[in-house]
Amino acid sequence: MRHLLSAGDLSLDEATLVLDTAKELAQVGGRSVKKLPTLRGRTVVNLFYEDSTRTRISFEAAAKRMSADVINFSAKGSSVSKGESLKDTALTLQAMGADGVVIRHGASGAARRLSNWVDGAVLNAGDGTHEHPTQALLDAYTMRERMGRLDGLRVAIVGDILHSRVARSNVLLLRTLGAHVTLVAPPTLLPVSVAGWPCEVSYDLDEVLPKSDVVMMLRVQAERMNDAFFPSAREYTRRYGLDGDRFAQLPEHAVVMHPGPMIRGMEISAEVADSPRSTIVEQVTNGVSVRMAVLYLLLGGSESGIGN
Amino acid sequence: MSQTTTYLIRGARVLGGEPADILVRDGIIADLGPDLSAEGAEIVEAAGLVALPGLVDIHVHLREPGREDAETVASGSRAAAMGGFTAVCTMANTDPVADTAGVVEQVWRLGREAGYCDVQPIGAVTKGLGGERLAELGAMADSAARVRMFSDDGMCVSDALLMRRALEYVKAFDGVVAQHAQEPRLTEHAQMNEGEVSDRLGLGGWPAVAEEAIIARDCLLAEHVGSRLHICHVSTKGSVQIIRWAKSRGCDVTAEVTPHHLLLTDELAESYDPIYKVNPPLRTAEDVQALREALADGTIDCVATDHAPHPVEAKETEWANAAMGMIGLETALSVVQHAMVDTGLLDWAGVAERMSAIPARIGRLAGHGRPLVIGEPANITLYDTAAERVVDAASMVSKSANTPYRGMRLPGRVAATFLRGIPTVLDGKVQ
Repeated sequence: MRHLLSAGDLSLDEATLVLDTAKELAQVGGRSVKKLPTLRGRTVVNLFYEDSTRTRISFEAAAKRMSADVINFSAKGSSVSKGESLKDTALTLQAMGADGVVIRHGASGAARRLSNWVDGAVLNAGDGTHEHPTQALLDAYTMRERMGRLDGLRVAIVGDILHSRVARSNVLLLRTLGAHVTLVAPPTLLPVSVAGWPCEVSYDLDEVLPKSDVVMMLRVQAERMNDAFFPSAREYTRRYGLDGDRFAQLPEHAVVMHPGPMIRGMEISAEVADSPRSTIVEQVTNGVSVRMAVLYLLLGGSESGIGN
Repeated sequence: MSQTTTYLIRGARVLGGEPADILVRDGIIADLGPDLSAEGAEIVEAAGLVALPGLVDIHVHLREPGREDAETVASGSRAAAMGGFTAVCTMANTDPVADTAGVVEQVWRLGREAGYCDVQPIGAVTKGLGGERLAELGAMADSAARVRMFSDDGMCVSDALLMRRALEYVKAFDGVVAQHAQEPRLTEHAQMNEGEVSDRLGLGGWPAVAEEAIIARDCLLAEHVGSRLHICHVSTKGSVQIIRWAKSRGCDVTAEVTPHHLLLTDELAESYDPIYKVNPPLRTAEDVQALREALADGTIDCVATDHAPHPVEAKETEWANAAMGMIGLETALSVVQHAMVDTGLLDWAGVAERMSAIPARIGRLAGHGRPLVIGEPANITLYDTAAERVVDAASMVSKSANTPYRGMRLPGRVAATFLRGIPTVLDGKVQ
């Protein structure tokens, strides 16, 4: 694999290799000198068309810990705001000799399009409502760390599935890794063809919670009510929000995840978000390790890279 | 372009039948039969070629006035001739919009000056395609362009009352309203067919019901007020069923299907290459099959290309930011051969009906779509069914190259096109 565009492109072996590599690289983060020489002389461009401090910093930290040269390119205040096309930006990066391009873009498929125009590795850091594969990898990593396994794990993903690139990547990756996913949302926030996806679907959070090892809450934008996806933020919270009472329905060992940014009081209550069984802060830490692993494997830190 | 010469077309298979000679003189078919001879006539060897009445396309976008970087009336009509067409109807979504007598007359005149095929403007239904007030339909009908088809194509006349009024009003001059059936609210942020592929790709869905609901409504309206309705670019199986039902009730509705909806499916979007982005979107294989059957059984009356040229930069971009539409004039007959004739669904007489006679009737285009018999206008397309080509976007006569068939192997080649006895294409080359 030359690029990471979709979580669905990873085989079980490849996904496991990323997680195992991340585990090794995680130790760097615990040292006082958080630096490896692995990607010295390599150039990684962070090409961010959407504001995303969290993901950009995570990729930046990952690349820098591996000694890569990092160039941050944000659409605002750049040639893009002057009307430059994605293709022309790609050709510019190509001419500068970028070994890897990390792209965050509001249009689904932008990473795939970019991969046609540059020679370097393209890492999809979120494209529209399509996918966010490194988020799924860090989520899987976090689950494996907390629960000790992924095979057979029961994972509920709750919230705005329809517009969520995190949900799409997680469904694909978790299936590859042997977990059982149940999507929970009001029918309006599920894709029309979701019955064909490799997962279960439920409209009833209370019914799913007692049978879940992991609950992943997704951000739900209150503005969605303006497009009639649900009547009001309050009603959404009442039916699908994870509050203390619902949290108590989970098995003792179950954990709560959130890819962030979260809206406290909407999909998740403060007491749940701050509970010791919430992995939200760990996910951020793990994100750096997983992105180090992906950069390492894609940019030729090893002989073989990931797969072919 | 040649002066009025006499042409003797030798050995052409009229509508795919037995070989015959066609003598073309003074713009008409002067004689037809075996072994003709004519003093001084220029001989056109047509052995093995199928002769069809000049093709008629009632749905093209030639972009002039306004977007001459993508296409002009001259370049688009040359592309039409290259595809075997002798008449095209241009949609009104130009800039300025063809919603006044002045603009439709301008387009009509540009077509006459170019001379490659008859260019019949379609008038807008509503002012500026705004969907709020009727355009001056009568003034366009009375103009030199003699407009009979009216359409807001690109936009749907979604207001039911306005649609009813338009249907009623055009009865005064034997007009027809051609509806772009797309319920606007159901297609907000729509990027491609809503279904398994759009859900996977995370692209906004354009559900079949948004087309079908408008078609059902408009068939009922047309029936209620006794008007003529035409449905543009039918794309779903459900639409076919509704039109079949409406026709069985006696509703005066006609419908067209594009070549691309007869061949291509939404799975092509998986590449995120917006060369496949079009409105209405490419649908599923099941829809394609239903459309082919409907064209064969007459539920869908005709083929129209919805030729929609765009400059390179409008397609070399992210899917969501790309323009919708694909060019189709120069590949239409090949695609129809591939999808309908080579599959046994239509013979050449059937193709002639659906790509010439019927669209000419719907568009009220006098002198087009006439049978190939003595005394009729010499609008003739000679087509080599045995030829084969790999579609090369760069070699298109159209000013734009956004063809979804690039790199595809397609059958057939237009060898010659005659417009009232004058070859606009000869030996596969625009004259």
